[in-house]
Amino acid sequence: MELHNLSKPQDLMNIDLNKTPETPWMDTPVNFRDGTYIYPAAGKNLKRLGLPNPREWSPTDEDWKLPDNWKEIIMKGLKERLDKYRSFRLFMDICVRCGACMDKCHFFIGSGDPKNMPVLRAELLRSVYRNDFTTLGKMLGRFAGARELTVDVLKEWFYYFFQCTECRRCSVFCPYGIDTAEVTMIGRELLNLVGLNINWVMEPVANCYRFGNHLGIPPHGVKDMWEFMVDDIENITGINVNLPINKKGAEILFVTPSGDYFADPGTYTCMGYLMLFHEIGLDYTWSTYASEGGNFGLFTSHEMIKRLNAKIYAEAKRLGVKWILGGECGHMWRVIHQYMETMNGPADFLEAPVSPITGTKFENAKQSKMVHIMEFTADLIKHGKLKLDPSRNRKVRATYHDSCNPARAAGLLEEPRYVIQNVCEDFFEMPENTIREQTFCCGGGAGLGNDENLEMRMRGAFPRANALRHVQDKHDVNRLLCMCAIDRATLTALTHYWAPDVSVGGIHELVANALVMDGEQERTEDLRGEPLNEEEEE
Amino acid sequence: MNAWTSLFASLIAVIALVLVALFGVGAIGLDTLFGVVIPYIAIAVFVVGIIYRILEWAKVPVPFRIPTTCGQGKSLPWIKADNLESPYNTWGVIGRMALEVFLFRSLFRNTKAELREGPNVTYGSAKWLWLGGIAFHYAFLTIVLRHIRFFVEPIPSFVELLSSVDGFFQLLVPTVFLTDIALLAAATFLFLRRVFLPQLRYISLAADFFPLLLILGIAISGVLMRNVWKVDLLMVKQLAVGLFTLHPTVPAGISSIFYVHLFLVCVLLVYFPFSKLMHAGGVFLSPTRNTANVNRMERYVNPWNYPVKVHSYAEYEDDFREKMKEAGIPVDKE
Repeated sequence: MELHNLSKPQDLMNIDLNKTPETPWMDTPVNFRDGTYIYPAAGKNLKRLGLPNPREWSPTDEDWKLPDNWKEIIMKGLKERLDKYRSFRLFMDICVRCGACMDKCHFFIGSGDPKNMPVLRAELLRSVYRNDFTTLGKMLGRFAGARELTVDVLKEWFYYFFQCTECRRCSVFCPYGIDTAEVTMIGRELLNLVGLNINWVMEPVANCYRFGNHLGIPPHGVKDMWEFMVDDIENITGINVNLPINKKGAEILFVTPSGDYFADPGTYTCMGYLMLFHEIGLDYTWSTYASEGGNFGLFTSHEMIKRLNAKIYAEAKRLGVKWILGGECGHMWRVIHQYMETMNGPADFLEAPVSPITGTKFENAKQSKMVHIMEFTADLIKHGKLKLDPSRNRKVRATYHDSCNPARAAGLLEEPRYVIQNVCEDFFEMPENTIREQTFCCGGGAGLGNDENLEMRMRGAFPRANALRHVQDKHDVNRLLCMCAIDRATLTALTHYWAPDVSVGGIHELVANALVMDGEQERTEDLRGEPLNEEEEE
Repeated sequence: MNAWTSLFASLIAVIALVLVALFGVGAIGLDTLFGVVIPYIAIAVFVVGIIYRILEWAKVPVPFRIPTTCGQGKSLPWIKADNLESPYNTWGVIGRMALEVFLFRSLFRNTKAELREGPNVTYGSAKWLWLGGIAFHYAFLTIVLRHIRFFVEPIPSFVELLSSVDGFFQLLVPTVFLTDIALLAAATFLFLRRVFLPQLRYISLAADFFPLLLILGIAISGVLMRNVWKVDLLMVKQLAVGLFTLHPTVPAGISSIFYVHLFLVCVLLVYFPFSKLMHAGGVFLSPTRNTANVNRMERYVNPWNYPVKVHSYAEYEDDFREKMKEAGIPVDKE
């Protein structure tokens, strides 16, 4: 599906949030409508990873070619997870259905489908849990909100657990902190046990496993891409920046999502890293093996997170670096911040990170040994180590989209704002209910940012887009900044559909535009190759 | 089953419970059953049930530290971290939990999304749920504490104080307690929003209507026996003290409305551990709230962490060695 096939925004949003279906939710079957569901994983990708039930199938088929004992597998998997995750167990038990989360989900606001209310998304799984694991559920059945697991229920799980971006916005508002991301993650794990997964997640996972990055680019291909950027930088600045690859003994390993070197506008951000590191003379290295900061394992299973993330510490050890620096990414930082050290650590072969330029000890990363680039750059700017000319970004009237995970899983809120305000003169915040911990998802995280799901993506994108349009109308904002590779891809479609004339970009793109480099030629173009000044356009 | 069915089933269940008590005591004189046996069973189920449920949760590990951060995390020294919304030490966690448990912090954030022409969406302030929730819980707590007067002699001074503050306005005789009104109003509000908000009605189960109606039943029967039909409180106290001191006696002639009240309370006690009412205990254990945001700062161990299959660098280099050499990328094995 493509954007021009979608109905106009006014028509798409001709919905009523207060209208509920005629039939109770347990009796309302799922409808796999084009544009709102995602294609299943190709068998070859599951085979490459050794995952169960590889086959070719389609959600619109009557028969999903499940293993004969699928129900037993799911129930066993459910039991196992109830005993392994207190979060999950608790979130199955304590919801009071108060309704605080109902209208907090971007997919609900954009679709009006009550099963996109976080509470009901979780009830899809809770109802089965009650039926088999609780006293009242066993005794009273439907009176206790319990129902048996059937193929139809499984189909519903597939549709709605791949219609949640694990953004955790609902969890901010829940009086018990019930986190739908936990429920969705476990729901997806269970689906994976019987071979129900989506290709847009499993292909990147399979690629990342073998090639080191989601896009399946072999080492020499990755190097080509980086070299291409080095050439572009030379054209713009006259400086041939240094490009260390798989360099043993470097002080720092730099890891960023592969989206940053694959496609615009991520590439401009990637050029920004290269220029920044060159200018400050950082002793660092890129890696072709750990050439992915993102981790689609997060959208698959806890085990898969660990399998993919293992590369980062392994490569740091092999190359003998002191610590690790990570690029602009969203879900990558959920993994790095909340899972990495527990899963793949302790990284006692590394040293507690210290900025070689400012001497700042990154106390908050002393155990995991991995620093966020926004912390690193904010520290550089604070210490006056960068010569910045924000007027070079004068064409940019920026607003900032907090990516879900850095905001709600790490609390990285001020660092990006500090950096932006030092490199860009015109910065405007979107309304307060749509930023920081209350930020809205781009609509395409957690593996949902694919073309076949475009209608649902644009629906989910609506709350973010609406806030963007507000600052576009009020302040002539023309650039939506983000520090997330998935955002840089999905927000581009969002602005296209909802807020034309707003471009999307990363923060280090603006940093590099503003960065006055030693020995550079007079800059006439920004990193996008566009003239720096309006006059030069004429 | 739709929400209306759930609602009526719950209503019928509560009415049936009232009739059981009326019939049991009024018609066939099972005072001892309703006055002694059932209360003891109910308390036992309540206490054992709650302990059991909490132990059940407590024995499940927390494999990862997964706080939902709602404020600036601790990073660089010159950036002000928010210890209550994104705790970086135990004090922060305690503060965050205290705000959550005593003031319903997260619920206070509530907003209401409204779609308008345009399309446009706005987020209005929506504190009614918070207000209803907090009024309900604090009124309930005060009422429970006030009831201590029935179980012990002499009555503790804090209970006397609580009662006199609660009855400060001295409306009517006997005094109508403010918390009685608050509880009735809040429970009614919570019930009505469940019935009349279409989305909320759609997600509501019998398990949501039943406890509200049951508590309304308890509150109404309590107010009726105190303010309308005026049961003999000395006899009630005799029964309560007897229960409490394990020397149960059943004074003859306590009005049936008291037994209705007591029986509904017993049902609530028995129902509690098996229901969503356990959120009262669960809120303390929620990992998104009670873990600190110090994941990169302090080690956290997952007790069931196990080795997984990975694709090692050696395997990777084996796959691409020639191409890497051609491209001038350093390799480990020539």
